Amino acid sequence: MGDVIATNQTILVVGGGISGISAAIEAAECGKQVILLEKSPSLGGRVSQLHKYFPKLCFPSCGIEINLRRIKANKNLRVITMAEVAKVTGDAGNYSVEVKIAPRFVNEKCTACGDCSNAVESEFDDEFNYGLKQRKGAYLVSNMAYPQRYVIDPRMIGSEDANKAKDACKVGAIDLQMQEESLTINVGAIIWATGWKPYDAKKIQPYGYDRFANVVTNVEFERMADAFGPTGGKILRPSDGKEAKNIAFIQCAGSRDENHLKHCSRICCMASLKQTTYVSEREGKSTVYYIDIRAIDRIDDFYQKVQADENVSFIKSKVANIIEDKDGNPILKGVDTEGYNRYENQHDLVVLATGMEPSIPADAFPMDIKINEEGFIEADESNGAIFAAGCSSDALDVNRAVQQATGAALRAIQVVNKVAGMEG
Amino acid sequence: MSNGNTALAEKYRNNFLQEVIANVEEGEWVRMCMQCGVCAGSCPLGNAWAHTPQEIFMMIRAGKREEVLTSDSMWMCTSCYNCIVRCPRKLPITHIMHGLAHYAERMGLAPKNQPTRKFALEFWKNLTKTGRVNETSLGVKLYFIDGFVSGIKKGLAALPLGLRMFKTKRLDPMAMISSSGCKGKGDIHKILAKAKAIEDAKFQSKNA
Repeated sequence: MGDVIATNQTILVVGGGISGISAAIEAAECGKQVILLEKSPSLGGRVSQLHKYFPKLCFPSCGIEINLRRIKANKNLRVITMAEVAKVTGDAGNYSVEVKIAPRFVNEKCTACGDCSNAVESEFDDEFNYGLKQRKGAYLVSNMAYPQRYVIDPRMIGSEDANKAKDACKVGAIDLQMQEESLTINVGAIIWATGWKPYDAKKIQPYGYDRFANVVTNVEFERMADAFGPTGGKILRPSDGKEAKNIAFIQCAGSRDENHLKHCSRICCMASLKQTTYVSEREGKSTVYYIDIRAIDRIDDFYQKVQADENVSFIKSKVANIIEDKDGNPILKGVDTEGYNRYENQHDLVVLATGMEPSIPADAFPMDIKINEEGFIEADESNGAIFAAGCSSDALDVNRAVQQATGAALRAIQVVNKVAGMEG
Repeated sequence: MSNGNTALAEKYRNNFLQEVIANVEEGEWVRMCMQCGVCAGSCPLGNAWAHTPQEIFMMIRAGKREEVLTSDSMWMCTSCYNCIVRCPRKLPITHIMHGLAHYAERMGLAPKNQPTRKFALEFWKNLTKTGRVNETSLGVKLYFIDGFVSGIKKGLAALPLGLRMFKTKRLDPMAMISSSGCKGKGDIHKILAKAKAIEDAKFQSKNA
């Protein structure tokens, strides 16, 4: 790495998801020097794991491609993957940031031919597919991965397989001696875009996510609908591999709940409405169990379209609990609010519309920052020139996250412009 | 109490929710209910009640005073706390149900022949008499709760069990009369009378 040039007029963006990418590109295209750090081996974040966006139902790969082209074309933007911020010290206009870079074991000579992957046998849970399938120990994160460069799983280092991978590489791109690197960079402003993670569905005990194979989360369902996903785009029951035709969606699974996440995660209503279209496309039936559907503005049109679909029905009720029959069918129990009717409904598959929580636990930030009750970053003067972008600031959909990130970029630009003014 | 009932019904006319908030233990929580229905679905006795907790809360907001206070629902609560554990808004539902039962009793509107209500009154009477529950006499009362004939029938059916308990000294018929009670029986009566006076005064001043 070594030659990262940064000054107090540089903007650091932490997190290479859609918010971080947007903020970094906006700032770089304004002529600012930007360094974009990403913890995982590829940019793209959670958005790259989606099958489709709502409400237009277009594919995120398209938007990512446009963004990647902008990144590649911009000389002001430097991307560093597998990098994590260890510590931030200093003040607005003059921060010192300690960065740890994990070894990738593959250098820039990699042509992404895939020979290393073919040569190895060890397999691990595929993070990109939420562990729904296995991937090789030498792998490319996804088809859209940027940089298009393979990674060697550190758990494979020291094994026979690691040597096989090295021997298979024709261009000498694999370096098994690679070590963790430390880097200290000076920057003027920091855009914090570490995003969100899905709420741990195991914690919602009555829904039995950890006990019943046919209870999945909305992010997993998104991968199942994807042609490059674990099921090749078919919606199959994890228990027996049969096609699921009668699917239940449970809203507010963990959100708006004092026992779990207090906040409304905002995206889950629309995510489930979107996912009912995947089911209808495959000639299945959807039932949405909800407290209330929160679709506002232009996405209300989408809600009305879904309501008109005869394959989708709505039950106003928060499901009390799930049991499983002897064939592995989940049975949903509860009482509806429109008539107080008690129900016990059998479905093929249950999708929990789990909400968003901040990726970084409140006590794990490498700097002083104001955090609200829900663990999101609060805009506050005491944060200096550290600005939250996207889902590290609140539960947001892609549209709002990008708008918010653009705002954060402007804040950061104001700071480095002031520095430039003083330095002359 | 029925006069008090009329007065209160008049005072809070068309605003039963305010009446519940002012007078029912934990009643202020009722307005926090978002009608998700998890309590209703989680209640192990749910299908045995006239109204689920969620429905009771909606009825309170809708001003259905008579229907709520005469309902058997709050008397059916077994305090399993499943609803409290699962309520996404952390309403103390079990306590609200007991608070409503207590208020219905105070208003003289509680369903007279509701068995759990009858048992609760017997239990209270038995306990406060000597400061200690006399299990034998309470048990006998429970046998005869539905009348003399059914009591004898139930007693005969349980006779073999009773005899075995007697043999192993688990049942002492004499305890029915020679109940030991606790030492400061008089003091307990004073304490309870004082507590009732305080509670009544509080209720009076709130509704003056």
